[in-house]
Amino acid sequence: MSEITTAFGTAISLIFSINSELAQIVGLSLYVSICAVLIATILGVPLGASVALLRFPGRGPVQVILNALMGLPPVVVGLIVYLILSRSGPLGVFGLLYTPTAMIIAQVILVTPIIAALSRQVIEDLWAEYAEQLTSLGASPLRAMPTLIMDGRFRLFTAVLAGFGRATAEVGAVMMVGGNIDHVTRVMTTTIALEVSKGDLALALALGIVLLSISITIGALAQLIKDRRQMKGRA
Amino acid sequence: MRLLSSIFLAAAVLLGGLVSPDARANEFITVASTTSTQNSGLFGYILPKFTAKTGIDVHVIAVGTGQAIRQAEHGDADVLFVHHRKSEDKFVSDGWGVKRYDVMMNDFVLVGPVTDPAHVKSANTAEEVMTAIAKTEAPFVSRGDDSGTHKREKGLWAAAGIDPKASSGKWYSEAGAGMGATLNIAQGMGGYAITDRGTWIAFKNKDGLEIVHQGSPNLANPYGVILVSAERHPHVKTEAGQKFIDWLISPEGQSEIAAFKLNGEQLFFPTAK
Repeated sequence: MSEITTAFGTAISLIFSINSELAQIVGLSLYVSICAVLIATILGVPLGASVALLRFPGRGPVQVILNALMGLPPVVVGLIVYLILSRSGPLGVFGLLYTPTAMIIAQVILVTPIIAALSRQVIEDLWAEYAEQLTSLGASPLRAMPTLIMDGRFRLFTAVLAGFGRATAEVGAVMMVGGNIDHVTRVMTTTIALEVSKGDLALALALGIVLLSISITIGALAQLIKDRRQMKGRA
Repeated sequence: MRLLSSIFLAAAVLLGGLVSPDARANEFITVASTTSTQNSGLFGYILPKFTAKTGIDVHVIAVGTGQAIRQAEHGDADVLFVHHRKSEDKFVSDGWGVKRYDVMMNDFVLVGPVTDPAHVKSANTAEEVMTAIAKTEAPFVSRGDDSGTHKREKGLWAAAGIDPKASSGKWYSEAGAGMGATLNIAQGMGGYAITDRGTWIAFKNKDGLEIVHQGSPNLANPYGVILVSAERHPHVKTEAGQKFIDWLISPEGQSEIAAFKLNGEQLFFPTAK
């Protein structure tokens, strides 16, 4: 069990010594996950809102599928993206495999259903609350969509954070399509997996603690921004 | 939402600026290789020297030999650097590779619990070790991932006339994992395993495990390097890839391989002709 105590010591010295290699890995992790979450938000929120508000044939099955896709195993997404981006795959000519772009694509596929499914619930609840008022003003569900998204932005933000958590935590997809190449596609989670495979459990756990600290910091920052804005909104 | 989006966008652009230029500066080749070359630290030692000389970055995808070969066949690598002679020869004769070059060798060792429940330390050959393990049904952890090491292990069982697959899930565990992960399992359950010497020396979680057999002639582990054929995959970076191979088998590359030491031990021995 000495690994656990060693890990905390290593984690603290990793955080406080400015280690350029670690900074690059953390930077790439954040770059990939933030890009993926941004794209997934742009796709997922309108998608979720549409499913919540619009009545179209096949709406029921779409809801079921969205909910099910929240549980997509990252390694399956990795495999699919690998086969598509491989030189022998349909999009092979672009040479995207083993690049950060490939990792972003995989994470967008993982995160979009989460954001869409959670947004659907948020918008549906809001619509139940305001439907009468909005329809009396002559707004169709489609016209009401921007208003509801705007009104629910703080609740939707939680959906976005859930997606961000999923993106930074997963290892299966980025390992497969990124290849864990040193200085090119190595992120926090793949570094941890690599150190485990080298038997350096203390360093791996230390990196895990660093990852957790970063997640907590980002979560706290997000909460802070949200609270400030919410207070301003009320004043 | 707009504010949050713009924060995200700004952060992404900022980070992108920090990350990308460094990653895209040089010409690069992709090498599909094995976990043994990566985890031992060999690549970390020799690749910067090659890059300094030629300006070519080397992107290493470290997987098992079987997966590395499939990636190369898919055209997802320029150079293949693995250790299973039969598969390498087949890769070339099937037209996927241009030519195979000898690069270096190390050897496999059998590791197991210090207590040696199967009493294999007195064995003279690897076959005797395998027989003793099977007879006593002592736990054995296999890579089970179609890697070069896994293929070699299967060869040793076959030479001893044993079919361990029949006991899969009992004393014989197929991890389906890389070398280090397999050693972690062997360490955890007090089992035997076969590993390349490089990964073993570099491995840090050895508690309770030690080498129980080494030095048999059928434990030699030669590595070969092959350029992926541009006839099959026209996008292959033939010139840069060949430069890498030429450097590896040159006197300079060979002496760098020999100079790589871990804990004072030389891990790989040059074999280029």
